[in-house]
Amino acid sequence: MKVRRMLGALGVATVLAPLLFPLYWMVMSSFTQEARLFAAPALVPDALVLDHYRALFGGRDFWTPIRNSLIVAGATTGLSVGLGALCAYALARLQFRGKTVMLAFVLAVSMFPQISIVSPLYLLLRELRMINTYPGLVLPYLTFAMPLTIWLLVGFFRQLPAELEEAAAMDGAGRLRSLREIVLPLAWPGLATTAILTFLYCWNEFLFALSFTLGPERYTVPVAIALFRGQYQVPWGQILAAAVVATAPVAAIVLVAQRRIVAGLTAGAVKG
Amino acid sequence: MASITIEHLDKVYSNGHVAARDLNLAIRHGELLVLVGPSGSGKSTVLRLIAGLERPTSGRILIDDEDVTGVPPERRDLAMVFQSYALYPHKSVRENLAFGLRVRRIEAAEIRDRVQQAAATLGIEPLLDRKPAQLSGGQRQRVALGRALVREPRAFLLDEPLSNLDPLLRADTRAELALLHRRLGATMVYVTHDQEEAMTLGARVAVMRDGQLEQVGTPLEIFRRPANVFVATFLGSPAMNVWRCSCAQTGAGTRVAYRGLAVDLEGTRNLFDQDEVLVGVRPHDIGLVPPGDADAVGRVEVVEPLGATTLLHVRIDGMAGRAARIVVPADGAVAIDDEVAIRIRRDRVYLFDERTGMAVTPP
Repeated sequence: MKVRRMLGALGVATVLAPLLFPLYWMVMSSFTQEARLFAAPALVPDALVLDHYRALFGGRDFWTPIRNSLIVAGATTGLSVGLGALCAYALARLQFRGKTVMLAFVLAVSMFPQISIVSPLYLLLRELRMINTYPGLVLPYLTFAMPLTIWLLVGFFRQLPAELEEAAAMDGAGRLRSLREIVLPLAWPGLATTAILTFLYCWNEFLFALSFTLGPERYTVPVAIALFRGQYQVPWGQILAAAVVATAPVAAIVLVAQRRIVAGLTAGAVKG
Repeated sequence: MASITIEHLDKVYSNGHVAARDLNLAIRHGELLVLVGPSGSGKSTVLRLIAGLERPTSGRILIDDEDVTGVPPERRDLAMVFQSYALYPHKSVRENLAFGLRVRRIEAAEIRDRVQQAAATLGIEPLLDRKPAQLSGGQRQRVALGRALVREPRAFLLDEPLSNLDPLLRADTRAELALLHRRLGATMVYVTHDQEEAMTLGARVAVMRDGQLEQVGTPLEIFRRPANVFVATFLGSPAMNVWRCSCAQTGAGTRVAYRGLAVDLEGTRNLFDQDEVLVGVRPHDIGLVPPGDADAVGRVEVVEPLGATTLLHVRIDGMAGRAARIVVPADGAVAIDDEVAIRIRRDRVYLFDERTGMAVTPP
């Protein structure tokens, strides 16, 4: 029994190690002096320094991309969960023609490879004078955030017993009232999951952010990190430090909310 | 309080299932009407149609002579108690009761008074600050009732409100409901599949089958003069015995007989020689007699003591199929495999047309 258990643990370790090692390496390197980064790689570093972090926030003003990312990801998440909840409720509960077609269409929209719509979107945003603005990023982000939100929430809303809304209707509540007071409070685990997933997608998004921003005042975190490299040198230490800063909130959110996220991802699958 | 009228109501679901077929029903002001029928008979659909939760395919629904067929449920001012209770799980009992009043923009002070009053009526005051998950089944049922009560609606719709309670509590709550109805003088439509509940509770009972009304009347009327063989067997417990017999005219009247059973009835009862009829006799209207007076003899197959009485399943000589059910006093004189002679009360024999199932002539 004991041997089997230990073998199992060993198996898990062999799978986890290659997954976690790059992360470990990233964190360790971000605390290592630039000069020693390529000199003598050591698994356990003997000296940790904060040089890269100082340079990141002191010299480079890494706060600006963090702020940009928070604004864009936050606004996208708020809008897509707010509007998506209304759409999803209608698709989950109301009777109307072409419901299935509409759901399929919503999904189809999110299936376009991003790279294929970058150019047309760029032209469109330039016409609208929205290049290098926050709305110029939030709007394109909604194109993939909304389908995700709608699909996740339709599953959640369908799971709620319809009798509760019928009871609310008998109590005199209209659709919106019942949505606000009965459905949304009960679906909040679903809303939270959806919001977290949307936020993560937006936080990590690179292609649109690179294409639709022009200067450091609007760069988001992934774009800023990618553009750290100068003409003659690549500041690996700072890049890794920035990567740690960008990963930390994501990892924290996922660790705290992992159970909910799993529940949320499977919710639509079982019933609906 | 209000009257509810249903006119030529049809409900056909998109999958072709007919849940209501040309229903006509008038529920009087202040009346407790019980809709009873086996599962799938469309009784819950009728309730949901009255509530407005379903739209009829055709026909009209009137509340107080006002056509509400197109009015959404939230503007019909009816209250409904669901079989599952459908309490709002994230709200406390107090908020559950108050929700319908808040939606109607009633003042906070009045809401407080009315919630308190409804809670006192139902004895749920100590539970007001709990969440539904912290309540027992019986308490939830009371809260569901309270949520309807506090609204003071035009009418109450109850969808099998007692079916999730244990038997003892069910009997108590049933009596309480009857009392509540009398005190409020409220119009109530009560749906149940339990014929006993229907008989004890309803001032009037409407029996449904396959989306159609089979008979509407007081419990006693329906029990004594069932319109057809379905109503006769559905109401009353244990269920009525039904035998397919052939008729023969005798000098004084008609003799109906099947295998080892023969009963002489007075008068012709519009029956002719060779007619096939369904003969129904309730288990209580059959007695054990000395062999000389017997309509039939048979062998006891099962003995079910019911307490004050005993139910016997008697295999009548020469008869296949279901054994005859007979209720006798619980004196313990009969045992399994005993030979018994039975006699049917002549004034309690029901005759139904063999093809249509309709009552031939009321006894």
